[in-house]
Amino acid sequence: MIETPPHLGQNGPRGYPRGQIVIELNDVSYSYGGDALLSDISLRLAPGSFHFLTGPSGAGKSTLLKLCYMELQATKGTVTLFGRPAQDIGRDGVAAVRRRVGIVHQDCQFLDHLPLLENVALPLTVSGQSTEAHMAEIQELLGWVGLASKLRALPPELSGGERQRAALARAVVMSPDVILADEPTGNLDWEMSLRLLTLLVELNRMGKAILVATHDLNLIRQAKAQVAARVLRIKDRRLQLAGADL
Amino acid sequence: MKNLPQIVTILRGDPRADRAVPPTGYTAQLTLLTAGAMAFLGVFALALSLATGRLADRWAGELAQSSTVRISAPFDQLEAQTAAALRVLGQTTGVATARALDPAEQRALLEPWFGPDLPVETLPIPQLIEVIETRDGYDAEGLRLRLRAEAPGAVLDDHTRWRRPLIEAAGRLNLLGLISLGLIAAVMVAMITLAANAALSANAQVIRVLRLVGARDSYIARAFVRRFTLRALSGAAVGTALGMIAMALLPSADAAGGFLTGLGFVGAGWLVPLLIPPLAAVIAFWSTRLAALRALKEIT
Repeated sequence: MIETPPHLGQNGPRGYPRGQIVIELNDVSYSYGGDALLSDISLRLAPGSFHFLTGPSGAGKSTLLKLCYMELQATKGTVTLFGRPAQDIGRDGVAAVRRRVGIVHQDCQFLDHLPLLENVALPLTVSGQSTEAHMAEIQELLGWVGLASKLRALPPELSGGERQRAALARAVVMSPDVILADEPTGNLDWEMSLRLLTLLVELNRMGKAILVATHDLNLIRQAKAQVAARVLRIKDRRLQLAGADL
Repeated sequence: MKNLPQIVTILRGDPRADRAVPPTGYTAQLTLLTAGAMAFLGVFALALSLATGRLADRWAGELAQSSTVRISAPFDQLEAQTAAALRVLGQTTGVATARALDPAEQRALLEPWFGPDLPVETLPIPQLIEVIETRDGYDAEGLRLRLRAEAPGAVLDDHTRWRRPLIEAAGRLNLLGLISLGLIAAVMVAMITLAANAALSANAQVIRVLRLVGARDSYIARAFVRRFTLRALSGAAVGTALGMIAMALLPSADAAGGFLTGLGFVGAGWLVPLLIPPLAAVIAFWSTRLAALRALKEIT
């Protein structure tokens, strides 16, 4: 069993009452170039909730996640983040939202010229916090994801699995209220996928809301054995609760 | 210069923020070279502007305070008409002093054309009277009428006819220098904006990652702005130093004489080009800041 991640358990959700919905989508639609990609989506992510989002490639899983961290704006309906409607959040507000949302991309974007340690510390750096003051915790965090020996490695020197774990470490370094992961196990073998899943489950037990977009049904089944996860499916541009086939 | 504290803060910088943006090779050199070349040209444009300003002032000052009366009369009447003209001038309000040039002075004036030892006393050349005006000046038309009555061979030349075009020419040159400075600044804005845009485009992926982890636009822009401001400052400092050295090496006025030799800086004027590097930094600061904020708005 993996130990509790360093420092992350100390902070609860900040700036709004515990228990309040973290991210909420109400009848949200998204169109691009006249084509509807998502229609009438409603979703509520509460603290401590664990959701899987599944569906075939191109169904709109990544689009839905991007709506949740404001990389895209809904063409219809309301997205509410931490109690504020997305349309009321300015550009600096988006930055503030993203400091409370840990994002793990399938393609794990890093700054290739910086060593892993600085990449993982990047959310602290951009928010004006002292990296030096948190150095011990960051190193501990990298140890937690099994990358203690790679502190000085540049991102291009890491394997796919190492990059995924590093992305998870970076996503949680600010102790976010919610973690959005887009195909986080896409580049991983089964053993590494299980390790990453265990990390997510641990974070969820600490009260973080988790939303994982994946088409890996085995991973979902494995997760359901460990945590009360809801499985959602995007079908025909609409969100529905997945059935017993999972 | 009210942005100075902001610029100083940015120049002092945040090393961690700087490291977030990778070094950009050719845009760095482009900015350095542009700032250096523009500062070098700026020194010359500034020198031209200052020199023509001085020239216009000097011509206006010197020529406005003096005029000449020329007595062209038969040899036997020359002395009497000169005395009459001097008497009239002495009684004219606005004339501070009036004196007839002696033969040595007349010889010196003709020396460039006829050489030394010209026997001016034996030649039928006009007698010149130098007139120095008071600050208020005199009534030129009234004086002309009185001279015509008392000394028919006297002609008053108050220099107005050829003074005005000279002063206008100096004024135009001064304006040309200022326009050159403006154009140099505009080219610098354009080049630094282009370089900043190239750097921003080359770092689009970096910017995306920074936005993803919660960086504000101002944070990202600051990293670029600091880099370009420092480059412009150092490039302009080198260019200005080279320009000032070149100006110092120009021939001195005493050695060659003439207009071009007055092109250098004089006295405290040598301090004026020292403003070019900080001005280049201000230009780079705003050019990069505006380019960065505009480019960042296109990235979600």
